[in-house]
Amino acid sequence: MSAIVIENGRLVDPGQSLDEITSICLADGKVAWVGDGTVPEGAQRIDASGMIVAPGLIDMHVHLREPGGEEDETIDTGTLAAVCGGFTSIACCPNTLPPLDSQASVELVRQLALRADHCNVFPLCCISKARAGQELAELGILFEAGAVGCTDDGAGVGDSELMRRAMEYVLMFDRPILSHAESMPLDKEGVMHEGLVAMELGLRGMPAAAEEVMVARDITLAQSTGARLHIMHVSTEGAVSAIRRAKQRGVRVTAEVTPHHLTLQDEALRSFSSNFKMNPPLRSAEHVAACIEGLRDGTIDCIATDHAPHSAEKKLREITIAPFGIVGLETALPLMIESLIDKNILTWPQLIEKMSLRPAQILSLTGKGTLAAGSDADVTIIDPKCSWLLTEGELHSKSKNSPWLGKTMTGRAAAVIVGGKIKFSRL
Amino acid sequence: MPVSERNTVSERFQEVPSRWKRQHLLGLEGLSAEELTLLLDYAQSFRDEILTAEGTNRKIPLLGGKAIVNLFFENSTRTRTSFSLAGRRLGADVIEFSAGTSSLSKGETIIDTARNIQAMGVDAFVIRHNCPGAPQLVAGALDGCSVLNAGDGTHEHPTQALLDMLTIRQRFGRIEGLTVALVGDIAHSRVARSNIRGLKTLGANVIVCGPSTLVASQWEELGVEVSYSLDAILPRVNVFNLLRIQFERQVVRPFPSIREYAYLYAMNARRLARCRDDVLIIAPGPINRGVEITPDVADGSHSAIIDQVTNGVAVRMAALWLCLSRR
Repeated sequence: MSAIVIENGRLVDPGQSLDEITSICLADGKVAWVGDGTVPEGAQRIDASGMIVAPGLIDMHVHLREPGGEEDETIDTGTLAAVCGGFTSIACCPNTLPPLDSQASVELVRQLALRADHCNVFPLCCISKARAGQELAELGILFEAGAVGCTDDGAGVGDSELMRRAMEYVLMFDRPILSHAESMPLDKEGVMHEGLVAMELGLRGMPAAAEEVMVARDITLAQSTGARLHIMHVSTEGAVSAIRRAKQRGVRVTAEVTPHHLTLQDEALRSFSSNFKMNPPLRSAEHVAACIEGLRDGTIDCIATDHAPHSAEKKLREITIAPFGIVGLETALPLMIESLIDKNILTWPQLIEKMSLRPAQILSLTGKGTLAAGSDADVTIIDPKCSWLLTEGELHSKSKNSPWLGKTMTGRAAAVIVGGKIKFSRL
Repeated sequence: MPVSERNTVSERFQEVPSRWKRQHLLGLEGLSAEELTLLLDYAQSFRDEILTAEGTNRKIPLLGGKAIVNLFFENSTRTRTSFSLAGRRLGADVIEFSAGTSSLSKGETIIDTARNIQAMGVDAFVIRHNCPGAPQLVAGALDGCSVLNAGDGTHEHPTQALLDMLTIRQRFGRIEGLTVALVGDIAHSRVARSNIRGLKTLGANVIVCGPSTLVASQWEELGVEVSYSLDAILPRVNVFNLLRIQFERQVVRPFPSIREYAYLYAMNARRLARCRDDVLIIAPGPINRGVEITPDVADGSHSAIIDQVTNGVAVRMAALWLCLSRR
């Protein structure tokens, strides 16, 4: 396999506390060396002047929709969107049709991802059979088939006994439970965050409490079982502070936040545009501020997109009927540059930690999340300054349900290397 | 009325002030006091000079040759009839469209439905829908067509609030400075939301009153007084607008029983006796006799419930004419 040398770039690799302008050599699908070393004969040279060279970004919360939802996204289009957004690895959610609750379906997703050959895909499997919240899925077999964690994402696990048993059971596999923390009865028929704006618009609210009671419950269960709990898409002040206190007590809990919960507010629903309808809902200003602070102080470990493609015919409906969710793979990086780096909330090493190193650690993805010698040759070269206009044509995802269409973005992935192969380059 | 005089009236109506710039009436949110007053003034003129004028010709052909479609996705009797009559009084062709008899039951989206109907040469849609924002959705998807909101879920019902305000203005000669109490199911009431917006803009003091599960304390943040006790506010209110309990919109039952609700919030003779002598009782209807209002109060001298219905046609004539004249 041919070798690649990336030169003159600012190598940001929090895994080895590295942040300097240096070279890196990739050979045989691995990182050969960082800094100085022998350049293999015939190696391709990439001049990364002015660029950030980072371990490949990892999005641990993506909906690829296939099998079953091919009108919204396929594994091919979704993973292409991931690569174009700068992600070399993604974890995909099991709420497909059929759901990923069988060895066959997990292996199908992995096969289709290999065939698409864009980026690494790590399936997440269901906690419960058919995501019905009744009985445990065959987690041992599913992890054996390649699932890296389990979640009933899309709905909360209402039965506390089932959740506790799942946590006890996964202990022997050392795999995380990913919790979609939502009390379904409290959010029944909800459309947006419960608060002043929902009251004014006459839209049924989804109270912060619906998230917070389940975060509190799951933390309690994680503490008593010792399981690894990961809270997905944290969006409320109460959830952030509950996770902060749990970490102080030594509970094995991690958390993610989405770019949209860091940058948008419930006020946006005044447009009645379904591109602002997501679950958890866009919250009010104080919750957004708490999420940003939680990310800054390390309470929230990582950034994940919750990329949720929906076809136009589904999304261009009355707001009460339209499904929850937006696409996020191709907007996450520029949004985080604009709202975190350029506003001095996070440094580059901190952002890379939250978009690569921590997701790799949470999902135990060996060889990922760092560019230390011997790691997988997954590299994202980032142009931190370029300005570009987000149009539907820029989106490689099959669905175009982005609230940022028409926005001028700052920064994006300039080139993406997966397993030592250049998958995408704007250089 | 002699023909010549009718022409004068017609000509006068045709002069729409440049102060009115709106093509749609999606809600009372964002309407200025001047715009609201203009709507009410036009409605009053339509009422005085057309609807209750002497003679038998109750038509003024300002919208002759125009087509208006009543696009109703929710049941309605009076609003629909009122809009139909208003359009016909103005000389427009009014076409009725019911969701139940349409291709919507075949899965067509509201945008496709509206675009198809518009292609037949339609100038205005009057939309009622159970989803907040549905009229906005249609207005955004169509070019060169007016959209009037006839009630969108629990969001707004602008013409109902306008007719409520017209009724109040007729009785008191003003709206500014009056204390208006909206009583009942505030949470599920589009009538309440439009009334709050319009009344606040025109300078009234607004109280929302009802059970705490149906009256959010956050209304106070918008300058609205919140009360859970009807008995406590009786003596200081000029106008009571008694809202129906919207059982059909409630996901969970917000109070233990209708009996308990009526015990706490029904406007009855005993409560009326504690009100101001000139108190005005209005209700958007359909009223539930014995729940939010007892029959003696509904039919009594303080009630303007029937008058409101006449005002409804006048207000809808004004809204249709002003919006369509700006296209």
